[in-house]
Amino acid sequence: MRFESAHKTPAVRTEQIILFRSSNQVFAISSASVQEVRSVDSLAGMSLAIDEASVPKVRHLLRRGEQSVYMVNAALHFGLRPSAGALIFLLRKTRVGLLIDGIEKMTTMTRLQALSPAFCHEERLWYRGLTVLDQNVIPVVNPQGFLSEDELQHLDAAVGALLEAQAASTAEIGLTQ
Amino acid sequence: MSWMEQLDGRSCVLLRLGDRRFALAADQVSELVSPSRMFRFAHATPEIDGVILRRGRVVPVCDVAEKLVGKRLTSRRYYLISRRRPEGTADWIALPVSGDCELIHADLTPASPSDSPHVAAWLSHAGEVIEVLNLAALTPGTGPAESMAVETPKPEANG
Repeated sequence: MRFESAHKTPAVRTEQIILFRSSNQVFAISSASVQEVRSVDSLAGMSLAIDEASVPKVRHLLRRGEQSVYMVNAALHFGLRPSAGALIFLLRKTRVGLLIDGIEKMTTMTRLQALSPAFCHEERLWYRGLTVLDQNVIPVVNPQGFLSEDELQHLDAAVGALLEAQAASTAEIGLTQ
Repeated sequence: MSWMEQLDGRSCVLLRLGDRRFALAADQVSELVSPSRMFRFAHATPEIDGVILRRGRVVPVCDVAEKLVGKRLTSRRYYLISRRRPEGTADWIALPVSGDCELIHADLTPASPSDSPHVAAWLSHAGEVIEVLNLAALTPGTGPAESMAVETPKPEANG
């Protein structure tokens, strides 16, 4: 018995993707889900540090209006060797900035294969599936999979406390002047 | 007709893991291939080593030797590409094996409740009693309800 041909898809749909690197591994993300690409340096003065023990992959956040956008370290998220990160993808329709090492290239994928059921842990949330590019298998990340609702709640609570402490400290300085 | 009813319980592929031989129902086996490049990416399922590309499909590689013979294979001679679920579902897995495989015909003895879940049946071949493997119980990502046990052919009901 042999595999029947895997190339049966009648209409070829393509999707623009960005290949990026984190801790020496290559991932793909749909370019439509990336709103902005910023260097870490360009956000240096604008970010706030956060130390929420339950979400160690987030160390910084940006305040955008009333919202907090959390910087998720991709290497820590995927359980890879820690890497500081040099670029940030600000993702559309999420409150996530993805801290990565660098961009490899932009390209097009024509086929996204579902993750085998044999992969049965967090990776099912991490990835939309796998694609094959130049005889390499590349995981395509799920932009909604970087922070769970639970993690966002923990982070929001921590930020609330942080901002209150900052406000109290500012008021105290104002009184003593 | 269900997948299990279609299964010919007497056609099996013998495979070698270290010093021991096991069997898989022949209907579950797609092909035997030489080890090719394995691709690794971040994931959280420790039983899966990586994936290989086969005819445009991405097939996960799962070394079942550790569970069956107590240690991982040091040399992988082939990958036995096998199906874990009924026909029509694309759930393939590549099992590294350490020696040649052989297609045999044998009578199967059903597993008893006291057997390990990975034992679907038993067969006797060349003086050796061999476990017929239940891949669904041996590899990750299949619920108990989805397990594919090898059934020995039942006599047809008359009446």
